Amino acid sequence: MTQVSMTVNGKAASGEVEGRTLLVQFLREDMGLTGTHVGCDTSQCGACVVHVNGEAVKACTMFAIEADGAEVATIEGQANADGSLNVIQQAFQDHHGLQCGFCTPGMVMSAAALLKDNPKPTEAEVRHYLDGNICRCTGYHNIVKAIMAASGQDVAALAAE
Amino acid sequence: MYNFDIEKPTTVADAVQALGADEAQPLSGGQTLIPTLKARLAAPSKLVSLAGIDEMKGICMDDEGRLCIGGATTHATVMREAEAHYPALASLAARIGDPAVRNRGTIGGSLANNDPSACYPAGALASGATIVTNTREIAADDYFQGMFTTALEEGELVTEVKFPVPQAAHYEKMIQPASRFPLVAAFVAKFSDGVRVAITGASNDGVFRWTQAEEALSNTFSAEALEGMQADGDMIADLHGSAEYRAHLTGVMTRRAVAAIA
Repeated sequence: MTQVSMTVNGKAASGEVEGRTLLVQFLREDMGLTGTHVGCDTSQCGACVVHVNGEAVKACTMFAIEADGAEVATIEGQANADGSLNVIQQAFQDHHGLQCGFCTPGMVMSAAALLKDNPKPTEAEVRHYLDGNICRCTGYHNIVKAIMAASGQDVAALAAE
Repeated sequence: MYNFDIEKPTTVADAVQALGADEAQPLSGGQTLIPTLKARLAAPSKLVSLAGIDEMKGICMDDEGRLCIGGATTHATVMREAEAHYPALASLAARIGDPAVRNRGTIGGSLANNDPSACYPAGALASGATIVTNTREIAADDYFQGMFTTALEEGELVTEVKFPVPQAAHYEKMIQPASRFPLVAAFVAKFSDGVRVAITGASNDGVFRWTQAEEALSNTFSAEALEGMQADGDMIADLHGSAEYRAHLTGVMTRRAVAAIA
């Protein structure tokens, strides 16, 4: 076993892990942060997307030891300091950007990574960026709409309800 | 996944030494290796992470005007930082996998793995790149030796890749949407002394140069020069496409790449 220490959502986190322990296992099983989901476990679906040192990664395809010393952000750390939903989360609620909700943590984390680099993406850019996030309810239109709305753009003309 | 130890050296020399252990294997971005380990298709006793080796990261131009990319440089970094020097290669990097995969996956990992459908082998072969390892320099023409096979010896690491920058180039990829690998893709690079064309995704022998197209294009650089042509060879046939379909796509992708340049 190896000792790892990292910062998760601004707080110090440490634990003993095996070489094979995935970052997502460490977050869910050792830290109790079960908001990060495991969908496919083969880095296709994006339900496990978290940020490591500010970059979106699939937590099912990175070892916990590789995140030693890193700043990790998960869905649990996304709300505002007063507990209210942040602008992306609120937009998902307002625009019905989730159905069953399983993919939502990864969608929100990917959206946050996109908007950090590209604050006013086009609809096509949002869709392209979400290549690695699968919604099995197929609710993509409203997810895209929510992300466009979160970027402060007018979404009245976007397709579908 | 079977268990293993992970070492995190900070220099190439320490990594090479760590790889001397029995059943040790390098870990770069892990975007192929970790799924392979999960499927128990590999059982190393030790993984040697290359992610902490700063001398293997980053992009620069050398005195000969070649774009040099460290082996542990991620696709996302190449996408951003190669744009000003070699836009077609930056575009190739920008279309690998998805954003989260590009933040982890590396050029050295892709070239060492030499997946028959990977993108970077096409870029390296068409550019006539030089693969630099901890012990030697290997020309791309000698490096790729068939599906998942390269000139690398056991424990040898891709530390850097040097790309001659063509006058113009384009990477055209027919994406296989489930895996986001190319079904078939063509990289066309136009140099002052001739044209190089590399095809990935099509052949059971892995990435290859389509020399017939190179000759036609070196003569007349236009999509029409390739009218009716397609590459020969032992093409991959699977549930995503027949051998005939892939052979057909070699012509279509190459003509589109040429049309995008011309």
